[in-house]
Parts: sequence; C-alpha cells; structure tokens
Amino acid sequence: MTAVSAIDLEKSYGKVAALKGVGFDVAPGELFGIIGPDGAGKTTLFRILTTLILADKGSASVVGLDVVNDYKEIRKKVGYMPGRFSLYQDLTVEENLKFFATLFNTTIEQNYYLIKDIYVQIEPFKKRRAGALSGGMKQKLALCCALIHKPEVLFLDEPTTGVDPVSRKEFWEMLRRLKEQGIAILVSTPYMDEASLCDRIALVDDGTFLGIDTPRGIVDSYKEIIWSVKAPGMPKLLKALRTIPEVKTAFAFGDVHHVTVKSGYTMDMLKSDLGQKGFRDVEVEKITPNIEDAYMLLAGK
Amino acid sequence: MKQFFAFVQKEFYHIFRDRRTMLILLAMPVVLIILFGFAITTEVNNVRLGVYAPSQDEMTRRITERFASNRYFEIVSIVKSRDQSDEIYRNNEADLVVVFEQDFQNNLMHTGSGAVQLIVDGSEPNTASLMQNYATSVLSQFQSEMTSTLPSRTGSFTIIPQVKLLYNPQMKSSYNFVPGVMGLILILICAMMTSISIVREKERGTMEVLLVSPMRPIGIILAKVVPYFCLSIVNVITILVLAVFVLGVPMAGSIFWIMILSLVYIFVALALGITISSLVDNQVGAMLASAMGLMMPVMVLSGMIFPIENMPAILQWLSTIIPARWYITGIKKIMIEGLPLEYFAKELLILCIMGAVLITVSLKLFKNRLE
Amino acid sequence: MNMENNIVIHTDKLTKKFGDFTAVDHISFDVAQGEIFGFLGANGAGKTTAMRMLCGLSKPTSGKGTVAGFDVYTQSEDIKKNIGYMSQKFSLYEDLKVWENIRLFGGIYGMNDKQIAEGTDRMLESLDFTQERDTLVKALPLGWKQKLAFSLAIFHHPKIVFLDEPTGGVDPATRRKFWELIYDAAEDGITVFVTTHYMDEAEYCNRVSIMVDGRIDALDSPSNLKKQYCADSMDEVFTKLARKAQRTGD
Repeated sequence: MTAVSAIDLEKSYGKVAALKGVGFDVAPGELFGIIGPDGAGKTTLFRILTTLILADKGSASVVGLDVVNDYKEIRKKVGYMPGRFSLYQDLTVEENLKFFATLFNTTIEQNYYLIKDIYVQIEPFKKRRAGALSGGMKQKLALCCALIHKPEVLFLDEPTTGVDPVSRKEFWEMLRRLKEQGIAILVSTPYMDEASLCDRIALVDDGTFLGIDTPRGIVDSYKEIIWSVKAPGMPKLLKALRTIPEVKTAFAFGDVHHVTVKSGYTMDMLKSDLGQKGFRDVEVEKITPNIEDAYMLLAGK
Repeated sequence: MKQFFAFVQKEFYHIFRDRRTMLILLAMPVVLIILFGFAITTEVNNVRLGVYAPSQDEMTRRITERFASNRYFEIVSIVKSRDQSDEIYRNNEADLVVVFEQDFQNNLMHTGSGAVQLIVDGSEPNTASLMQNYATSVLSQFQSEMTSTLPSRTGSFTIIPQVKLLYNPQMKSSYNFVPGVMGLILILICAMMTSISIVREKERGTMEVLLVSPMRPIGIILAKVVPYFCLSIVNVITILVLAVFVLGVPMAGSIFWIMILSLVYIFVALALGITISSLVDNQVGAMLASAMGLMMPVMVLSGMIFPIENMPAILQWLSTIIPARWYITGIKKIMIEGLPLEYFAKELLILCIMGAVLITVSLKLFKNRLE
Repeated sequence: MNMENNIVIHTDKLTKKFGDFTAVDHISFDVAQGEIFGFLGANGAGKTTAMRMLCGLSKPTSGKGTVAGFDVYTQSEDIKKNIGYMSQKFSLYEDLKVWENIRLFGGIYGMNDKQIAEGTDRMLESLDFTQERDTLVKALPLGWKQKLAFSLAIFHHPKIVFLDEPTGGVDPATRRKFWELIYDAAEDGITVFVTTHYMDEAEYCNRVSIMVDGRIDALDSPSNLKKQYCADSMDEVFTKLARKAQRTGD
C-alpha cells in the first residue's frame, strides 16, 4: 500500500490553473519533498491531499483511502501543518499541545515518545504564549501538534519558510528522525538546498511537475556542460559571460557563477574569450550541478 | 465528548485572554443600560410655557400668575389667538401651552367647573409626563385654594385639565429601551462575536488544521457557539437585574417567559452568526456583515428607536423579517405590560420558525472542506 | 570604494531595550555609499528591531546613529525621505494596477507628474513590463511583483534602500535576476541594506554582518569571513556563529 498516491490532479481557481495534471506516489516511511517557488501550486496540492478542497480532475488516495469519499477516515490518520503558522497564539505552548492531543482523541503521555526529541527543546517555555515564541520555536511546536496523534502520513506545507538557516537545519534533522518511526512525510519548500535532505523530490513549477526522482537522480539526469567561473569583479563578469555566444546560460551561485556552454567549447576558449574582455585571474572549474541548476534548466528559465 | 469540552475550554481561553472581547461581552451591556438609564431625565426645569386665555378675566390672570411664580415654569408667550398657539408650538418656542376655554371665569363661577387644555410636547415621553404632572398640580392647588375661600358647604370649584399630547400621542413608556438594549446586545454577542471567532480561525489557518482532524465540522461549530450562548444568558440576567434594581423598571410579567423568549432569540442570533461565518472569510467581512446586516436593522427597524407604526409601509413590511422586532415587542409585552402567554404567543412562534429556518440554512452552508 | 568620506549609515553602540530585554545590544558599524550590505541573523536575533531604528520607525534607547546624514533620534522624517523600503510581506497594493502603484509611490515621495510619467516609462521598459502597465498587481507572478516592488523602492532615487527578505519564496532564476537589479542599483550609487535567509545571497554582498543575540558578532567581506571561520561557504560561517545563540524568544 502506498502512503499517498495521486493521479493527474487538476485544479483551477476561476481562470487561473493552479495544478495542471500532477501524479506521484509516496511509499510508507518515505520523506518526499515538493520543491518549487511560491505560486507553483504546492499548497493547492496539499489541500487536495488533506481533503480540504476537491480536485477538478484526477484522483488521489492517502493510506489507501480516497480523498473524496473517505475523507472522514483520512482526517483521523494524517497530520497536517499548513503554511501559515497555525497554532493559537493566545494559548500557551502546553495548552496548544494539549488541545491538539484531545482533538485527536489522544493524550500527550500516550505518544510522548514521538515528540520527545522536539518537545524537550521547547518545554522550558511551556507556560509561554505561542505568539511570543521565535519563528524556529513556533515551527517546532507546530510540528509537535501535528505529530501528537501519531499520524500515518504527515503533510508539512512550507514548514521552513522565513526560518533562518540554522533553525531550518535543525528542523530537517527532526524530520529525518521521524522518518525512522515509519511515518511518511510530504514536505513542500521553496528552498532548493533542502532538496538533498529528501528521499525523493518533485520539482514543481507553474502547476506542473518538472521531474520526480531522488535528488541524486535529478542531478544525474542533468545533461548540460556546467562550469563554475570566478574572477575579480563578479557582477561585470556575469554580464560579460552573457555576451559570449557559446555560453548558453550564466547565473550567480554564491561566490562563483555557473555557466552552461555549447558542446565543443572548452575552458581555455572561455578563459581567452574573457581575457579579451579584460578579465584577469579567471578560474574555471568543471562542477557537479546542484538542484537549483537542475531546476532552472528544467523550468527553462 | 472529551474533545468537545477541550474545544469549549479553548474557546473560553480565547475570550478571557482578549481584552477587547471581554469589554464587549461584559462591560457593554452594563454601560448601555446605565447610559440609557441616566439619559432619562427625572426632573424638568424651565419648562417653556405659552398661555392662551381668550376671556382675559380675573381667574385666568390669577392662574397665569401661579404658573409664572412656579419655579418649574417660565412663561415665554401670552398668545392672542388659537392659531398663534399652534404656531409657537411648531416653531419650538414652547414645551407646553395652557389653553383656557372661552368664558373660563364665567363657567367656573356659575357652573363650578372650568376646562383647561394642556398641550404637551410628547416626543420625549418621560419629560412629557413630568411636565404634565407639574402643570396639573399647579391647577389643582389653585382649585383647592379657591374652594377653601368659599363659605362651607356652598359648593366647589373644579378645574378640568384636558391633556393633549403632540408627536407621541400614545405616550410610550420610557422603559422601552430595556427590551431594545437586550435585543441589540444579544444580536451583537451571538451573531457578531460568534461569526468573528469562527472566521478568525479561517483567517489564521487554524480552521484547516481543525478540519483535518477527527472532530466533525458540526462539532467545531457547536463548540464555538457554546461559550457565547453561556455568556448571552449571563448578559440577559445582568441586564434584567440592572433594569429592576438600578433603574427601577417594573417587572410586570413572568421572568420564566422572559428567559424562554430570550433563549429562542439567542438561538436565532447564533444561527445568524454561523450563517455569516460561512459566507465571509475574513474578520473585517464578518464585522461589516454583522454591523450593517444585523445591528443597523435592529437599531432602525426593530422599533427600538423609531416606532414601527410611524414607518412607511415598505419599512414596516421590512421590519417583519428582523428577529429583534419580534423579540423586543414580545419582551415589552411580558416585562412592561405584564401580559400572559396568549398575547405574546405570536412573537414566540415567529422566533421559533425563524430559528428553525436559519439553523437549517446555516448548517447547509457550512462546508466540510475549505471551499 | 572610499570608505572614509561616503558613509551613509553610521551607528555607534546603538541599543534598543524593551523593558529589561535588550533586543539590539550596542551595535556599531558603518556602511559606505554604493555598498551592498548583508544584514544576517537568526530569527529573533534583533535584525528587524535594528532595521526599524535605521528607518526612523523606532527610537533607540541609547547610542548614536545617522542614516543618510540624519540623526535617528530627531530627524526621522528626513530619513524617511531619503530611503526606500521593501519587504516580502508588504510591497505593493494588489488591487491597484501596475501604473497606479507607480504613480502612488511617486506621489508619496513628492515627485511631480512629469517625473512620474517619465520614470514610469523608463522603469517599465527596463523591466520589460511595458505590456503589463494596466495589469492589476495581484495578477502578476510573484517574481514579477518582487522586481516591480524593488524598482518602486528605488523609484525616487533614495540614498539607501532597505530590503527585508526580498527574495523569500521566489524561484531560483527570478531570485538571481532580482540580485542583478540590486547590482544595477548599487552601481548607480544607491546603498543596499539587505536581509536574507538564502546564504548563497550573502556571498553577493560586499560586506556581511551577522547578528547573534542582539550583537553583531561578525562583520566583514564574505571571503574574509570564510577565511576567519575556516569555512567553505557563508552557510557554514552562519551556522558556526548562530549555533552559539542563547536567546530563544523573539
């Protein structure tokens, strides 16, 4: 049995098509990432799978149950953390957790082992109102609340948006540990660097999936010649790179630029072309592309 | 059931932890009742008096002097004709006009009785009755003094005051506002506060989490409604206690039926609140819908401020769909007029039907999903 | 870059306390004209509070600060005229058309009709937006909105533009195009003061400061910071610094 299965889901809001036919399967205990920018259709997809909205076309099932007909059963078996911070700001940490535990007919004690690792970090603040927590803390509390009833599938819609890199890393470490409990986790994120932490990912853009594979598989299917280029005067270098006809794309990536070039073009040719434009000390290296490179290539942007 | 109580408890936390909500829920009924109570004047000073005495005789002159020397009255005009008396009235130059009959002294001396008409501005019922009482007492005092000057057992003088109220001829009771305030506050708490609190969950995204839980959507709604239902009952009691013990409003009828009618009305208002919450998806929308769609009609069309009988036909017709109209009329009948069940059965029945219709509509509208 | 003469932001022990909680704890730094200054820190480290003080929205508790030559205590109105501001949360009026937004912001900053008309044409052309002139902003894709919002923030040629997480949730290609706009602005002499949670973007800054628990714990160019902390990337530098944080609440 698959944890989640979707076939050709389509959904429009008026004239705007949010999902244009997406399908995928998630296995039990799998950490599946849905990666793409805001407005790509991630939230719509999550809402269809959590039985909150109905798709126009296509079908989907969660733990073998149909999202349209068996929605009451599904709601007992999944955990959901929507994009916006969705706890009660005027309730304390403890009151929030207790409320959600009771809502799902369970108690904190019963499933404490599941959330223990996470909860100990916020336990010192259990009497504090949720509204007075920092972004990272709120995220942890929300995760505890979504987990407290030991769901079979966990849906996390952009849990790390607006959270600083360190808190984000901690959050992902927690997800890795949860996976070991056999819970299937669907997580969406606009941060491409988080893709490598998933078992499999789907890159989504404008309502369609650009590719579904392991992060490694996505990178391996990248067929372009890709180099990193570095020289003093990086902004000018970027503009210069784009004037070279053999350079297909040039984008800044941290302290280097990534360029893709036409076949037959060599590093030495690039160095000499740049030399003619007045760049000295040019460093060019062959690199392994990352998810962002792959995304940009697939999205054709 | 445990889920349900946890939910109700959470709802009470929300209410008790939000100062603005608490203020509206608990302070507003008290403030409104007290404000209305004190706005009603219990003493009238400097009543502007007009006098019309066609016969211009000794008696009319002496009575006029009595009015002039009374500290409550101030003679602003001695009018020369009946038309003029109407005119100063219309121009709002006088609050009360004393009109003596033709040949007042003659009639009084020879038949023993003389008629005086008191034309009173009735737009402010409470003030009007006070002015009327003062004027009558001036006349009766004069009458008894005149009688005492006569040799004993030879007869008596009777001055007959005929009161004519303008603008508000039925002289509606000033206690009217108590049922009005109850009608308003219950709509405010039940419909507005409930719809806002439901919509707040939609706005903050918590509704999504609640829907994706084993709790049935109808349970969510009921749990949200329970605290407001309780607080509304507290408010009904508060208002009644204040009205009786602080403002001295007579409680002519049965408390039992007042509570029954109020419970039905609260039910109608809650159903309205749930309906609104299904139709709008942000707090501002809920606020506007409640204020414009409920509070305004309650204030304007329920008879709380303007008497329904004086409205144009179309507005009278419109007022029949306002639950508060029936509630306020019913409460007046029980509380002030002290009438038994058969007189307000119609109001009770109409509110029951409204409640049944609205709860059906609101449950039909409530969605198990987000859209 | 002449650091001595063209200081546009200067702070000296700038501090903000809320009760007995010190949100910003004696921060001192200078930003030069035309510099791209990255302002990093974990959630709750005090970035937003510091930025509010610099924008003239909040009075410091103690310390000195000047922005565009104006004092943060007494001349907040002058500061506001000389800066641009853009955040991820609020940037444009969704229910106004593109040109209506431009006219509105031009008007707010006291530009006359002619300046606004010319500026609008120039901006739309450089953004390749000319055909979207009459489009409602809410109908634009997120990436376009962000680019438009940035162009508006610098429409009145401010000395400094403050960008609060301008690229959150934007797709990778648009994110990079956005940074190219930032570079163009810096070349025109506009100082860019930017916060971000993307650590690759920290590399694009001339200098980066990292706030931890209200203090600035590190301030240098990305390459020097990486050397200093023996790290391969800014991500590593940030992680090393932010892990030390004691503070947990906002």
